Amino acid sequence: MNGISFIEIVCVSTALFFIGMYGFLTRKNMITMLMAIELMLNSVNINFVAFNSMLHPGKLDGVFFTLFIITIAAAEAAVAIAIIIRLYRKLKSIDIDDVHLLKW
Amino acid sequence: MLFSLLGVAGLYFYLSHEFLAAVQIVVYVGGIVVLIIFSIFLTHASGENMPKPIVWRALVVGLTVVFFTVVVCFSLLNHSFTMPILSLQTPMSPDIKTIGKQFLSITDYGYILPFEVVSLLLLAALIACIVIAINIKVKQ
Repeated sequence: MNGISFIEIVCVSTALFFIGMYGFLTRKNMITMLMAIELMLNSVNINFVAFNSMLHPGKLDGVFFTLFIITIAAAEAAVAIAIIIRLYRKLKSIDIDDVHLLKW
Repeated sequence: MLFSLLGVAGLYFYLSHEFLAAVQIVVYVGGIVVLIIFSIFLTHASGENMPKPIVWRALVVGLTVVFFTVVVCFSLLNHSFTMPILSLQTPMSPDIKTIGKQFLSITDYGYILPFEVVSLLLLAALIACIVIAINIKVKQ
């Protein structure tokens, strides 16, 4: 395979995953944390597709895993944004430290 | 973020998974990014009085993240993957017809059960969003 090799695709996915992890660990904004989670899920998808199409081209299992991950990520983002907007209406804040309603 | 998602779709195109690239563009770029932009607009007023991110924490996390990225890339470069012999296994073309047939087949490698489970999960997410968004009148 000329052009981009397998290693480079996996390195890109590694970089994307750790960028997402940096954003998740440093920010306090709930929407930013959600975006970081989406980045990490995307890098996992790249890994699945790259491993499937370059190392095991006889099967399509990675593609199905990627499709399911995309579906679940969409559902998760919708529910999370609903919760965030609800919390914003109640607390007037999207800081993750302000949400201690369930703390006993 | 929009450009990184589009870049992921471009990688799928490069790996000749056109269906996955289309799904990525429709779901992420069309759906999730629009949702996130709307929620940023709706919660815009809260942005100013957020505290600044703590510098030492960002520094520590950044150093750790860079370190682990370098370690993972280094070990990937040193590891030699065994590339498949293409004459032994015929590559399956990831077009829509094959994907759809395997999605709904009930044979050994069919994906009918997770397909139905994921459809139930989507329904649950829909109902959950409605339940969260509705205003429940508290009876005094």
